[in-house]
Amino acid sequence: MSVTSIDKDYDKLTLTLIADFAAPVERVWELWADPRKLERWWGPPTYPATVDGHDLTPGGEITYFMTGPEGDKHRGWWRITSVTPPTSLEFTDGFADQDGVPSAEMPTTAVRVRLSEHEGGTRMEMYSAFDSREQMEQLVNMGMAEGLRLAVGQMDALLAD
Amino acid sequence: MVVDDLTDEAVDRLFHALADATRRDILRRCVRDELSVSRLADAYPMSFAAVQKHVAVLEKAGLITKQRRGREQLVRTDPEAVRRARLALDELESAWRGRVDRMSRLLAEDLIAEENPTTKGQEP
Repeated sequence: MSVTSIDKDYDKLTLTLIADFAAPVERVWELWADPRKLERWWGPPTYPATVDGHDLTPGGEITYFMTGPEGDKHRGWWRITSVTPPTSLEFTDGFADQDGVPSAEMPTTAVRVRLSEHEGGTRMEMYSAFDSREQMEQLVNMGMAEGLRLAVGQMDALLAD
Repeated sequence: MVVDDLTDEAVDRLFHALADATRRDILRRCVRDELSVSRLADAYPMSFAAVQKHVAVLEKAGLITKQRRGREQLVRTDPEAVRRARLALDELESAWRGRVDRMSRLLAEDLIAEENPTTKGQEP
């Protein structure tokens, strides 16, 4: 197992993962930056990913779809916030509908990846935070409108703690 | 995944619970602190029983939790969204564990390919 530690913060809705790989930083970076390599690990074996758009620059997007056992396709995207090869990558990760339009109903996560040399290999620190606002909007979209909208401010404050 | 978890009935209960100004105010007050029903009742120009009824509606909708301490009933806001987000966080953890495993395997394949140049290019 390469996972060194996992820390879940249920209040802040964040996941922090540290993994150590027996490979140089550049190699681990390629797994993220090379679309052909990325699609070999991003989706689970039952839902392999195919990357069909790849612009790894700030503001750029990476788009992909995962194909399920029944041939069902599930689209997703990354919106790149910052990228510093070969050590740092930040992006927002979300879902999209069949036409590739970002879905407002599904939660998005903000992902931050840092790679560094560690004991002859590479340490990968991955921090992922749910966007609580999106989560709330998702409930609002379910048709609960005003009542919930008013409570959202307070819940947001709670989630932001 | 998340949206499908709520039945129509649960959505109705949630909507009903949030459609009342007093109940929304109770939610706000109980976000940070646990408050007793009697202390809540002091805050509104209505009977203890009426406030208790509001609290019951919120509890049924899954928006608050009630805990008995001594003679008091303590109310705490438990946003449905937080509970669901917890499940989502657990799902995210297992997704990442799988991803790291696959990354490890790919890196190991790279290494083998490098040590045996003849097999290079035969990677799937």
